[in-house]
Amino acid sequence: MSRTSSSGRNDGVVSLSSLRSGEHGEVVDLAGGRCMLSRMTALGFTPGADVTVVQNYGRGPLIARVRDARIALGRGEADRVYVRRKPA
Amino acid sequence: MTIQRSEPRPREAAVAAGAEEKALQVALAGQPNVGKSTLFNLLTGLNQHVGNWPGKTVERKEGTFVFGGRTFRLVDLPGTYSLTANSEEELITREFIIRERPDVVVALVDAAILERSLYLVAELMPLPAPVIVALNMMDVAEQEGVHIEPQVLEAALGVPVVPMTATRNEGVEELLAAVEQLTSGQYPYDPSTPRIRDDHRDVLEEVESIIEGCVPAPYPQDWIALKLLEGDQRVSDMMAGCLPAERVDALNATLREHDDALVAVASGRYDWIGRMIRAALTRPTTGPISLTGKLDRWAAHPFWGLAIMAGILGLVFWLTYAVGAPLQDLLDTYVVGSLARLARTVLAGVSPWVTDLVADGIIGGVGAMLTFLPILVIFFAVMGILEDVGYLARAAYVMDRFMHMMGLHGKSFLPLFLGFGCNVPAVLGARVIESKRARLLTVLLAPLVPCTARMTVIAFLAPAFFGSAATLVSWGMILLALTVLALSGVLINRTVFRGERAAFIMELPIYHLPNWRTIGMRVWQRSLSFIRKAGTLILGVSVVVWALSTLPAGEIQTSYLARIGRVLEPVGRLMGFDWRLTVALLASFIAKENSIATLGVLFGTGTGGGLAEQLAATFSAATALAFLTVQMLFVPCVATVAVIRQETDSWAWTLFDLLFLLVVSLAAGTGVYWVVRLVTG
Repeated sequence: MSRTSSSGRNDGVVSLSSLRSGEHGEVVDLAGGRCMLSRMTALGFTPGADVTVVQNYGRGPLIARVRDARIALGRGEADRVYVRRKPA
Repeated sequence: MTIQRSEPRPREAAVAAGAEEKALQVALAGQPNVGKSTLFNLLTGLNQHVGNWPGKTVERKEGTFVFGGRTFRLVDLPGTYSLTANSEEELITREFIIRERPDVVVALVDAAILERSLYLVAELMPLPAPVIVALNMMDVAEQEGVHIEPQVLEAALGVPVVPMTATRNEGVEELLAAVEQLTSGQYPYDPSTPRIRDDHRDVLEEVESIIEGCVPAPYPQDWIALKLLEGDQRVSDMMAGCLPAERVDALNATLREHDDALVAVASGRYDWIGRMIRAALTRPTTGPISLTGKLDRWAAHPFWGLAIMAGILGLVFWLTYAVGAPLQDLLDTYVVGSLARLARTVLAGVSPWVTDLVADGIIGGVGAMLTFLPILVIFFAVMGILEDVGYLARAAYVMDRFMHMMGLHGKSFLPLFLGFGCNVPAVLGARVIESKRARLLTVLLAPLVPCTARMTVIAFLAPAFFGSAATLVSWGMILLALTVLALSGVLINRTVFRGERAAFIMELPIYHLPNWRTIGMRVWQRSLSFIRKAGTLILGVSVVVWALSTLPAGEIQTSYLARIGRVLEPVGRLMGFDWRLTVALLASFIAKENSIATLGVLFGTGTGGGLAEQLAATFSAATALAFLTVQMLFVPCVATVAVIRQETDSWAWTLFDLLFLLVVSLAAGTGVYWVVRLVTG
């Protein structure tokens, strides 16, 4: 299964991997296979959830804080989480 | 505390404690890192049985204890984030609860990460066993500025909520009292259950009406409907076998149309959690950066993280050599040596054949196993501490970018790296990897890490052949082994696993002080299980190889092993070996360092100074280099094979690995031999 949001990507929605360290966002949509979606949603990445990127050096995996937990994500995984950037 | 540990067998224990009712079966469920092992060990002490779930490679822990005159049988379910069919752990947990119906499920949640850890509770509530929520790590939550009112949460959930801090033994008796109260029917149990997100409520009803009356016992129908919408493969397969054909088609059509329902189901659970905790939870308003945040700036930094890890690994190596190696020698000289002498004295009158069998074959085999113990204990302790304080996840995080190129996981790095000490703990250490595929690959590749025993052989032979270039050759051999490891990783990943990349999604737990009791128990259990499971195989193979190298005449030159070596001589010729090198290689199956001792016997020099010179005079540089290459990459020692078998739970994978290593080592050896011959003329 592969899913992408029907809404365009020009409404302030970006992938989680493009948030810099310290930036916040709200999860809008997730893409990926069923197994991956199931793991991501169980860990708290559901539409509406607040996410803060704790560490993102621009390459390699990054750390995000969601629902009080710190989750390390590979860049490929973070690319498939779409968020709306929120002011700090 | 008034908890008494009963005897391991529950029925007898109940009688001994004077309890007339049957033992209460309590299942312990929770997400990873919520302190399940700490609570389990606290309650059951040494009265626990560790095994595997039937037909699985997942550890099953069970124990008994007596509280308030009642016997409790506690089953530790695997740590899981949810109850989908994505992993063995998740399947085990839900099948156990549905099929075995424990009297109570204690759902352990992390108070500091309340919202996320209640997700599993949201999945447990619809299952047919009563749930008690144990709010663990209340101390950590306080530290992080999180305030929770357990009574308010209890009122919302409609199930008992018990605040506790298992590491300080706080709230444990209250938890057991709550279990008693719930099972005796004194508690107004009225669980709130999550609902699917509003926009999917109609679809759920539609699915329920399709499967109506066809759900096999003991599965609850509404649960099956929800799992179908989540796209749960296990449940869909089961229902496809139970439903009449036309209903299967209707079901598939509905599910296809709503393949986004998974997110709606998960969102529904988080909405429910939000309602449950709204009044009970107060988060810190302005977050001063927590200790975990501060530590991670260093430990998870792309550069400093690597530096810190290198420091920690250096320390571990120092510990292994400074403490482990002398202990190994002591065990070998005093325990194994004395045992062998004792056996010879006692059996003095019996035939020499029996004496040799006991002293060399059996005691030698036991020794081979025992001498692994110091290194294993150090390794288990170090891995246990690093895992318990939360550092292991950080090491995996900084290493992931390098490891995932080989289809491995960041968590594969530490076990593999520590394989330089010994391959046995490297294989056993792969357990920390959750992804089954990455775990298997780590186990299969571990024998390619050059262990100290192989390095001993290289260190002995390289100077004899290459003089001042020995250091260069030794480093070249290590580099070769690691290159082969990386290439094998890429190859196996591309072919056998068809290039599926291990997704890197991993929680970084909050750092906390190590719990020595939990770590101690883990070291004890793992060591015991090594002796019990791997021990038999190591002992058996040791005796067989000993017999082959002694029979029929009592010396290796004319033994069956030597005859096998002569039969295999044509293969050896490809690398310039004569039968003696082949036999040395075969003998190293018991322990890698055996190849030197065997060569010593075959050349009639012992292992003293003469051997190296004689070898150098007998063989060309090409043969020598080929021998070192094969020695480096060859089938691992029997102890490693035993644990590969144990951890993969499959002879097929074990034999695949052995065959793979055999082919790779012989190919590399042949290649090296001919290249060196061409270059040197």
